[in-house]
Amino acid sequence: MGDEAEDLVQNCLLKAFRAYGGVRDERALKAWFTTILVNCARDRYRRQGRQPVTTPLHEVEEFSLYRQIAEEDPFPYSDSLHLDFLCQFGPEDVWAVLRGLPPTYRLPLVLVHMEDLATKQVARMLQVPLGTLLARLHRGRKLFERSLWDYAVRNGLLKDAAALEATKEALT
Amino acid sequence: MISCSDAVQQLWDFLEREVSAEDAARIEEHLNVCRRCCGELEFAEELRRFLASHARPEMPDDVEGRLTAFLHGIESA
Repeated sequence: MGDEAEDLVQNCLLKAFRAYGGVRDERALKAWFTTILVNCARDRYRRQGRQPVTTPLHEVEEFSLYRQIAEEDPFPYSDSLHLDFLCQFGPEDVWAVLRGLPPTYRLPLVLVHMEDLATKQVARMLQVPLGTLLARLHRGRKLFERSLWDYAVRNGLLKDAAALEATKEALT
Repeated sequence: MISCSDAVQQLWDFLEREVSAEDAARIEEHLNVCRRCCGELEFAEELRRFLASHARPEMPDDVEGRLTAFLHGIESA
């Protein structure tokens, strides 16, 4: 966790501590706390003058990781090609890929698919219409797929795994 | 019937039940006859599980220690 993230969490804890008396429904605590954290992050980015990144998406819109893996066939001896591809990624790799995405797309992905929050809830948190949130999720997933492939190629994940597989095959 | 491109574009939303009943019916109709898009659907499900399984990376001990100390500081202030 970087200094900036830790600072944000401290700021969030302070705000949550002050506002805790107003919490009526303890079952909604997670969403309540996450909303404070998201707001703290957004305020900080605004103060720093960071603009939401508008990534040219025409390249990723047509990208299919499923098709890419099938066509490139990085593990010729595998019976479960797509699963084997995902298995090359450790937790650090996955977070490195996620950190590389623009926050506009990373936040919806993390909140919906990793924190298991409902899309309507996340739209309210991020103060965007549901349609905008769904569009960002769609683009975020596309960017994530593309970035997974690029990361695997750049970091030799496919080459090392393929070499290991070929060695195993040769020994049997 | 919708094209592969249209079907693939909506697969995640289909999995999340974020498409209308009409769109869901069109996607299902397509999936019934398109083996490749069924593969896309299975992989989309894998990717969803993959993302969910990497939630909440462990907080480093030193950061956890500092945040806990910070919380105690607020409480006792």
